[in-house]
Amino acid sequence: MAEAGGQPAHGEIAVVPTGDGGLLVRLAGTWRLAGGLPSLAEVSQAIAGGRVRVVRFDTGDLRGWDSAVLTFLGSLEALCRARQIAVERDGLPPGLQRLLALAEAVPEKQGARRSAVDEPWLEEIGEEALSVWNQVATGLAFLGEATLAVGRLLRGKARYRRVDFLVVLQAAGAEALPIVTLISVLVGMILAFVGAVQLTRFGAQIYVADLVAIAMVREMGCIMTAIIMAGRTGSGFAAQLGTMKVTQEIDALTTFGFSPMEFLVLPRILALSLMMPLLCVYSDVLGIIGGGLVSVGMLDLTAVQYFNESKAALTLTSYSTGIGKSVVFGVLIALAGCLRGMQSGSSSSAVGDAATSAVVTSIVLIVVADGMFAVVFNVLGI
Amino acid sequence: MTAAGPPHITVRNLTMAFGTFIVMRDLDFTIPRGEVFIIMGGSGSGKSTLLRHMIGLNEPAQGEVLYDTENFTTADPETRLRMLRRVGVLYQSGALFSSMTLAENVGLPLGEYTGLSPAEIRDVASVKLSLVGLKGFEDYYPSEISGGMQKRAGLARAMALDPEVLYFDEPSAGLDPISSHLLDELILELRDSLGATVVVVTHELASIFAIGDACIFLDPETRTGTPYGAPRELLKTATDPKLRRFLTRGGESPETVRDHG
Repeated sequence: MAEAGGQPAHGEIAVVPTGDGGLLVRLAGTWRLAGGLPSLAEVSQAIAGGRVRVVRFDTGDLRGWDSAVLTFLGSLEALCRARQIAVERDGLPPGLQRLLALAEAVPEKQGARRSAVDEPWLEEIGEEALSVWNQVATGLAFLGEATLAVGRLLRGKARYRRVDFLVVLQAAGAEALPIVTLISVLVGMILAFVGAVQLTRFGAQIYVADLVAIAMVREMGCIMTAIIMAGRTGSGFAAQLGTMKVTQEIDALTTFGFSPMEFLVLPRILALSLMMPLLCVYSDVLGIIGGGLVSVGMLDLTAVQYFNESKAALTLTSYSTGIGKSVVFGVLIALAGCLRGMQSGSSSSAVGDAATSAVVTSIVLIVVADGMFAVVFNVLGI
Repeated sequence: MTAAGPPHITVRNLTMAFGTFIVMRDLDFTIPRGEVFIIMGGSGSGKSTLLRHMIGLNEPAQGEVLYDTENFTTADPETRLRMLRRVGVLYQSGALFSSMTLAENVGLPLGEYTGLSPAEIRDVASVKLSLVGLKGFEDYYPSEISGGMQKRAGLARAMALDPEVLYFDEPSAGLDPISSHLLDELILELRDSLGATVVVVTHELASIFAIGDACIFLDPETRTGTPYGAPRELLKTATDPKLRRFLTRGGESPETVRDHG
């Protein structure tokens, strides 16, 4: 007698060899999934000897059964098939016999089973390299198409709905103000804190203003806005376009003769590249105010001193580099969001992946582009 | 039902493939003007893919699609757009633009391809919506109406430019039997009144028998399609066992099917 799964099952299983090379499997009691599956161990042990020719069943005392017994029988029959042992189903309840027949009714389709064979690692590297190259190629093709669409826009030939543009403009502009406010003030305050601790040692507290002003205006303002917009708007673009792909709206646009590039992507690029510089300036100002709060509160600076020092530290060049970068970041975020959305597969999880991948792509592009700007500005001595 | 005129749509030697996976090969059929043509076959046999090839959403691996005598497959993008303007498509889910009201959806192609004023466009859109039984729903957004209504609104949009060819992708999917029957009636009405050629992708037997003038049966195992005449004649004449199984729901006697159809 074996008890399945180590815990008391209500069913019992016994394996009795009969003289004529047969094996009698006796199932009794109640076998339910909740109580575990009947154990195959005894049967396989009994047939391992090689003398068993046929397996029969005695289910006279089987009071209840469900898929637990069916699964057990399936494995048992597979085991017997492998050893070319006959299985006589006569002793089983009619319901079980019919279910077993049903499971065999449609033969396994050749080649349908997915093999979990590990590919050689060299092949995996190759495939990975090819897919990276494909990604770069589609990205470049997308960039090219977007450039052509912008060209048509400049010639006044692009077709899109002004309403769509205005909606995106609002979503990517005014509606982003609260979060940009919060983050910018905090970043300004953090910069001031960090600066204050170091600069106070030299009695150079006043230079906290320079530190905050230059850091915000040249780097942090545009970077932080870009990252906020990538998470907020870039992912939104990808999700919108991905869903439109799932619902065939993009197909419908195409058969109506509208280019999805002009109709969907162009207004988004346009809106984001217009709103980003404005948000960036706003973020700069709030960051400086945040730094001012800390300076006035923690250091013995007056608001006027802080303001004058900031003003002296900033040049028009600092401002224009930050603003210029923010336009580029805006274009990158919109492109990444739209590209991922248009590439999205047609399932709900694919849309989620598209949104995630849009954010990741945008942030990578932003940081890489910022690095390139830093090098270029350094070489040019800006 | 209709006298077979000169072919309106010709599909010649079409092979559809995704990468190296061939969906269907060597499809060859013509559709006369003003007929209701059914693309039928089991789930996953490539019916919708064939439709997508016929309207240029997928590029054929081989072969071509002609409208009248003009080659659509080899045409340049400009010509394609001009040809597509005479084509209306009802997508499986309706594919209404979710950011626009029903009137704006129907009016979008009108605003693009006609010189009508906004007020006139709205009037035309209202008429089209009333044709599909959606009078008064002009200012609803697609998310505010039921699935059946979305499908009908999609049809109104497909008809916006009075197309010569109307494609339907699984029109009865997700509709109750009565709505589905009404849609069939509407399809026949459009064919008769507008003289449009109608291509329907479906596996709904009742619809197939009710509206089909001719059909093609796609067999995913051999990856070929065979064109036939009117589906309702097929029950008597068909010899292909796979087609017979399909038309009789896997073995039901033809009589029962016809009674329900």
